[in-house]
Amino acid sequence: MSEKIKYFLERLSWVDIMVWLFGLAILVIAVIGVIGSIHNAYYTKEQWMDFVVFGISQGGVYALIALGYTLVYGILFMINFAHGDIFMAGAFTGYFLAAKLNQYGIYNSHPIISLLLIMLLAMVTSVVVALITERVAYRPLRKAPRLVPLITAIGASFTIEYTFRGLYGSGVEAYPDMKIFVGKTSVFGLRILKVHLLVIILSILLMAGLYAYVQYTKAGKAMRAVAEDKDVASLMGVDVDRVIVNTFILGAALAGIAGVLYALIFKQVHFFMGFIPGIKAFTAAVVGGIGNVPGAMLGGFILGIFEALGPGLILEGLGIPASYQLKDVIAFTLLVLVLIFRPTGLMGERLSEEKV
Amino acid sequence: MDSQNTFWKSAVKNGLLAGAIGLYSTLVGLVQAFNKRAVIEQLSLGHITLLLSWGVVAYVFLNHHRESESKGKLIAAGALVGGLGAFLVALLPMTAQWVDYHFVFVHAGPEMYSLLTFGKGPWLGSAMLVAVGALWGILIALVVSLPTFWRDSVVKAFLITITVGLLSDLFTGMTIGWMFQPFLGVEGLNILGAVLVFGLSIAYDYWSAHRKPKESAEAVATEPTGVTKSQLRRMVVGALALVVVAGLPLLLGSYLSHVLNMVGLYTIMGLGLNIVVGYAGLLDLGYVAFFALGAYTMGLLTSTGPLGIAHWTFWEAVPFSILVAMVAGILLGVPVLRMRGDYLAIVTLGFGEIIRILALSNWLKPLIGGAQGILLIPKPPLFGFKIQTPIHFYYLILVGIGIAAFVAYRLRESRLGRAWMAMREDEDVAEAMGIDLVVTKLTAFAFGASFSGLAGAIFASYVGSIFPHSFNLLISINVLSLIIVGGVGSMPGVFVGSLALVGLPELLREFAEYRMLIYGLSLIAMMLLKPEGFWPEPIRKRELREEVGD
Repeated sequence: MSEKIKYFLERLSWVDIMVWLFGLAILVIAVIGVIGSIHNAYYTKEQWMDFVVFGISQGGVYALIALGYTLVYGILFMINFAHGDIFMAGAFTGYFLAAKLNQYGIYNSHPIISLLLIMLLAMVTSVVVALITERVAYRPLRKAPRLVPLITAIGASFTIEYTFRGLYGSGVEAYPDMKIFVGKTSVFGLRILKVHLLVIILSILLMAGLYAYVQYTKAGKAMRAVAEDKDVASLMGVDVDRVIVNTFILGAALAGIAGVLYALIFKQVHFFMGFIPGIKAFTAAVVGGIGNVPGAMLGGFILGIFEALGPGLILEGLGIPASYQLKDVIAFTLLVLVLIFRPTGLMGERLSEEKV
Repeated sequence: MDSQNTFWKSAVKNGLLAGAIGLYSTLVGLVQAFNKRAVIEQLSLGHITLLLSWGVVAYVFLNHHRESESKGKLIAAGALVGGLGAFLVALLPMTAQWVDYHFVFVHAGPEMYSLLTFGKGPWLGSAMLVAVGALWGILIALVVSLPTFWRDSVVKAFLITITVGLLSDLFTGMTIGWMFQPFLGVEGLNILGAVLVFGLSIAYDYWSAHRKPKESAEAVATEPTGVTKSQLRRMVVGALALVVVAGLPLLLGSYLSHVLNMVGLYTIMGLGLNIVVGYAGLLDLGYVAFFALGAYTMGLLTSTGPLGIAHWTFWEAVPFSILVAMVAGILLGVPVLRMRGDYLAIVTLGFGEIIRILALSNWLKPLIGGAQGILLIPKPPLFGFKIQTPIHFYYLILVGIGIAAFVAYRLRESRLGRAWMAMREDEDVAEAMGIDLVVTKLTAFAFGASFSGLAGAIFASYVGSIFPHSFNLLISINVLSLIIVGGVGSMPGVFVGSLALVGLPELLREFAEYRMLIYGLSLIAMMLLKPEGFWPEPIRKRELREEVGD
C-alpha cells in the first residue's frame, strides 16, 4: 500500500495540485451554498420535489440528445457540434404540423396520433438534415487532422441555424397546448405535471430501445465493432460507411423526438433553440463518459437534476439573487469539475489520453 | 451505349442538384434579399445568386466531362442541367395557387413569385425562367468547351465583374468618386462599366500569360543579384502601402472609416486568437470573454456615469484592461491545462457563455449594470485634442494593430513561439524535448487574451456604451472564422480574413441578415477546399495538404 502511495506522490505534479485545488475551491463554495440554503429553508419539501421532477424530465431530453453525441463520438471521435441544431430542425418543423393539426381540430381530438405524426415528421427532418451534414461536411474530412472536422462542425451548426432562420423566420413559435397533457396527475403519491410524466416515460422507453438495439442486434454489434476499431471491423466485413450513416440516422432520430418533447415542456421553438440544449447534452455525454451509451443516459439525468436544483440549492444559499438566471453557469461548472476530477466521465472506461 | 446512359443519368442528377440548391437559396430568402442590390444595370445580386447556384453545378459537371464528350452533347447537357434546375425553382410559383407555402416558409409569397417569374404570371413567367436556365446552361457549356486558358480567363473575368459591380458603392462613397461616375448606374455598374471591367480582366490575363517567360517569381528568388532588387522593391511597396494606409480614411470618408475600424478591431482580436489557435493549437471558443472583460474594465474605470468607479482617462485604463484580460486568460488556462482538443473547445465556449450570463445577471447588476450595461464611456483625449470621429479612431486602432502585430511577430520568432508551435504539433514530443507545457499553455492563453482585452478597451471607448448583448458567442465564432479563412497561424491572413468576413458584410447591407449563414458556409467550404486559408503560413499549408491528401 505504501508503495502505491509513494508511486502516486512521485508522479504527482504541481499542475495536478493546482487543478485539483481549483476544483476543490468550487466544491467548497458549493457545499457552503448548500448548507446556507438548507439552513435558511427557502423552499418547502414539495417545491424541492417539483424541482427534482422537472430536472428528471429535462434530463430525459438531455439524455436523448446526448446519445447522439455519444454515438457519433464513439465511432468518429468528433464532436458533432451541429447536433443541437439537428434537434432544433426537428422541433421547429414539427411545430408547423402541430399548428396545422390544431387548426383542423385533430390535435386535440386524436392527440396520440397527432403526437406520433409530429414526432415522425420531426424525426424525418432531423435525419435528413443530419445526413446532408454528414455527406457534405464530415465525410470528405474523415482523414483530416482533428481540428478540421471540429471547425466544419461549427460551420455546419451555424449554417443549419441560419438556414432555418431563413426558411421559417426568426420569430418564436409556440406549440399549441395538448389538452390531455395539461395539468397535474399523481404517481405514487407524487404530484407531477402530465407533460413531464409523458416526457420521462417516453425518454426512458426510447433509451431502453436504443440500448437493446446497440447491444443485441446485428447492426448494433457492427456499430460497436466500428467504434472499437474501424480497420479491423472493415476487415471483418463490416461496411464502415454504412455503419457511420446508421449512427447519424439513429442519433438524429432521437434528437428529433427529443426536440418535440422539449417543445412540449417549454412550448417555444425558434431557430437558435438548439444551441444551449446541444451544449448541455454534450456536457451530459461527457459527465457520463463520452462514447458510452448508458453513461450518456445517466449523465443526462444527473445534469438535468443538477440544473434544476443547483440555483435554489447552491446559489441562493450563497445569497445570490435571481439565481435561476445562472443555471447555465451550474451546468458548465459541473462540466469543468467532471473534467478535472474524472476526465473519463462517470461510466467512461479507457479514453481521454489515447482517443482525445 | 452504357456510358451514354450514365452520362445522361448523371446530367439529370446534377440538374436536380442544381434545382435543390436553387430552391434552397430561394426559400432561405437569399435571392429575394439580394434582389435589392443591382449589380449590372437591372441584373440584381438575387438573379446572380440564382444563376450561380445552377451555374456552379453545371460548370463542375460539364468540366468533368469536358475531355470525354463532344461539344454538342456538352451543350445539350448544359441546357438540361440549367433547364431542370430552373424548372424545380419554377415549381414554386406554378404550384403556389394550390399550396400555401407561406405557412411554413416565411419568404414564400407574391413578392418572391413575381421575382421568379419576371412579373409575367405563373405560367408564362415559369416558362421564361426555365428558358433562362437552359440558356445559361448552354452558355456555361460553351465556356467550358473553350480552350483552357480562355475558359479560366472568362470565368475569372465574370467573377471579377460581379465583385466590382457589388462593391461599386465603394467608389461612390470615396471623395474621388466622381471619377468613376461614367461607369456606374444608379446602383452597380452600367453596361459600359461591366464590359470594361470584363475586358480589362481578360486583357490582363492575356498580358500576364504572354509576359511570363521574361521574369518569373522563381527566377527572382534564385538569382543572387535579384535579391537586393526584390528587397528594394519590397521597401518601395512597403512605403507606398504605409502612405496609402495612413491616407485611407481621408479618402474614404466617415462611413467607410467606421467599417475599417471594425475590421481593425477584429484584426487585433484575430492576431490574439491566432496565438492561441494558430501558434499553440489550442482551440478557444470563448475568446469573446476577454473582449468583454477588456471592454467592461475600460467602462468601469473611465465611465462618467453612475457605474464609473475611477473616472480615469482612456490611457490610464488601457493597461488595466489588458491586464485583467491577461489574468483571466491565465485563470481560464489553469483548469483546462490537462484538457485537449474537443474538450478544451467546449469548456472555453462554456467560459465565454458564463461571462456573458454573469454580465447579464441581476446579481452583478449593481456593479456592472446588468442588461442596461455601462453608459457614458468617454472618448480618449490626446494632448488637449479628443479622439472622437471614426476617422480619429482609425489612427488609434491602426496604432493598436501595429503594436499587436509587432508583439505577435516577435513572439512567434521567439523561443516561446517555437515552444508553442512544437506543442501544437505534438504535446507529448514537445514535453519530451524539455518544453514546460504548463508555462507554454498559460502564456499562450495570457497573450491571446491580452490582445482581445486591448480590442475590447478600444471598442468600449469607440462606441461609448457597452451591453452584455454585444459580447455573445457570435463574436468568438467571427474571430475564429476570420483566422481560418485567412489561414490559421498566418498574420497577413488575419487581416485578409477580417477584411473578407467583417468588412464585406458591413459594406453589403443586404448581407446583414445572412451574415452568419455565409460564415457557416464559408467555414465548411474553406475546410473542404482550402483548409490552409487564403494567405497561409508555408509550413501549415504543407502539413494540411499532406494530411488531407492521404
